[in-house]
Amino acid sequence: MSEDKVLEIKNIRKSFDGNEVLKDVSLSVASGEVVSIIGPSGSGKSTILRCATLLERMDGGILKYKDDIAASDESGHMVYADKKELKRIRRYFGLVFQSFNLFPHYTVHKNITEPVILSGQCDAKQAGERATELLERLGLEDKAEAYPGSLSGGQKQRVSIARALAMKPEILFFDEPTSALDPELTGEVLKVIKGLAAEHMTMVIVTHAMKFAREVSDRIIFLENGVIHSQGTPEELFNSNDERLNSFIGKLEE
Amino acid sequence: MSEWWAGVSETFARCFINEGRYKLLLSGIGVTIKVSLLAVALGMIIGFLIALCNLSKKKPLNIIGKVYTDVIRGTPSVTQLMIIYFVVFATINWAKWVIAAIAFGINSGAYVSEIIRAGILSIDRGQTEAGRSLGLTARQTMIYVVIPQAVKNIFPAMGNEFITLIKETAIVGYVGLMDIQKAGDFIKSATYEAFMPLVGTAIIYFVLIKMLTIALTKYEAYLRKSEKR
Ligand SMILES: Nc1ncnc2c1ncn2[C@@H]1O[C@H](COP(=O)(O)OP(=O)(O)OP(=O)(O)O)[C@@H](O)[C@H]1O
Ligand SMILES: [Mg+2]
Repeated sequence: MSEDKVLEIKNIRKSFDGNEVLKDVSLSVASGEVVSIIGPSGSGKSTILRCATLLERMDGGILKYKDDIAASDESGHMVYADKKELKRIRRYFGLVFQSFNLFPHYTVHKNITEPVILSGQCDAKQAGERATELLERLGLEDKAEAYPGSLSGGQKQRVSIARALAMKPEILFFDEPTSALDPELTGEVLKVIKGLAAEHMTMVIVTHAMKFAREVSDRIIFLENGVIHSQGTPEELFNSNDERLNSFIGKLEE
Repeated sequence: MSEWWAGVSETFARCFINEGRYKLLLSGIGVTIKVSLLAVALGMIIGFLIALCNLSKKKPLNIIGKVYTDVIRGTPSVTQLMIIYFVVFATINWAKWVIAAIAFGINSGAYVSEIIRAGILSIDRGQTEAGRSLGLTARQTMIYVVIPQAVKNIFPAMGNEFITLIKETAIVGYVGLMDIQKAGDFIKSATYEAFMPLVGTAIIYFVLIKMLTIALTKYEAYLRKSEKR
């Protein structure tokens, strides 16, 4: 595995109305690495992803993709890169939401092509080819002209993964990609993510699916109360004798 | 009975037929429709701009939006119409109906802005976040993701606003326009009859609005159907 860092988060802090949700969290992700973030509800998992994807402004720390600094407080106060720079930086990452957030007024095909075209990545023809190829790969070619409203949850999430992949991100974030799905539909989505891991897609996955995290991750981070309680390879974490970690993992595996 | 009937038809003829008085009402319908259509179009444009002001993160724009809505909602539309006509446009020689439509558009804009604001806020935040995370600018997200969805939610309230506006225009007589109401009023004075001209006026408004309601309901059903494809 290459040691190039795709994402570097240093000492980020984030509060909501005086409630400190992230307290000094640091996280680097190397190219090709798959990192899972686990932790109890309210521990700040989503907030990390939302800060990293610029949906939330952090109060302190450094956020860097490759050599591009998106935000930094090294000058003493929080400074974000300017709009143009941030637009460029947004190209580094993709985000898959728990609730899919597909565009209901567009067909599946257009959900995938429209962002690619609007962001100026390529023309309509190329975008169309890219979408068709991705839909085929994810087994959704017969749904190209369907509207999201007519899809199952598992299909919706696969479309949203295709939509994120069409932007050719260098790193893909997932926020509980299977939590909104019926249990029998999670398998098809997890399979897609595993396929991406096998192709060495760089990914950060927030999940409650322990078995999956164990199988797919190079590294697992256990977050609690806005700090990284422990991290390591799946083997290290699952064989740890830390009481708190064991009780959390045990509770979810039942 | 036949005597009664003869009386009624005589009054009817006097009110609506003699001296071509129906023409007055017909051209009144034209004026009402002209003013309402232009006003609703202006109202949508103004309302959209004011909604953007109110939703903006920039304080001065918020203030402009707030003051606008406050002033318009806090004053009678007759007063607004007369100020626009006799003060703002006092020295500008535009067609009366255009000036009246501008006044009603300004008035309607304040209400439309609230409708649009609510419609935009009704779209799940996840839609905006998805757009932004996919590399769309804030503006593109608004235009391609939020507004197309908001339009469907806004449509019924917008239809109501249009209907309200048509009824509101019944005050254009104050600036000397001969709309449906003024035509009815004119006939009332000319014939010394109150019942027929006024009830006739009411019937004309009612039919106009009923037709519009039916058309809007049909179109709304069509919008819903196309969404479910
Ligand atoms: N926009 C917000 N405004 C106020 N508080 C917020 C906001 N977003 C998150 N929080 C709070 O921050 C804390 C962390 O939230 P976060 O969503 O990151 O948790 P999480 O680890 O993802 O939890 P879950 O497993 O339930 O998704 C919670 O206490 C939450 O209430
Ligand atoms: Mg969460």
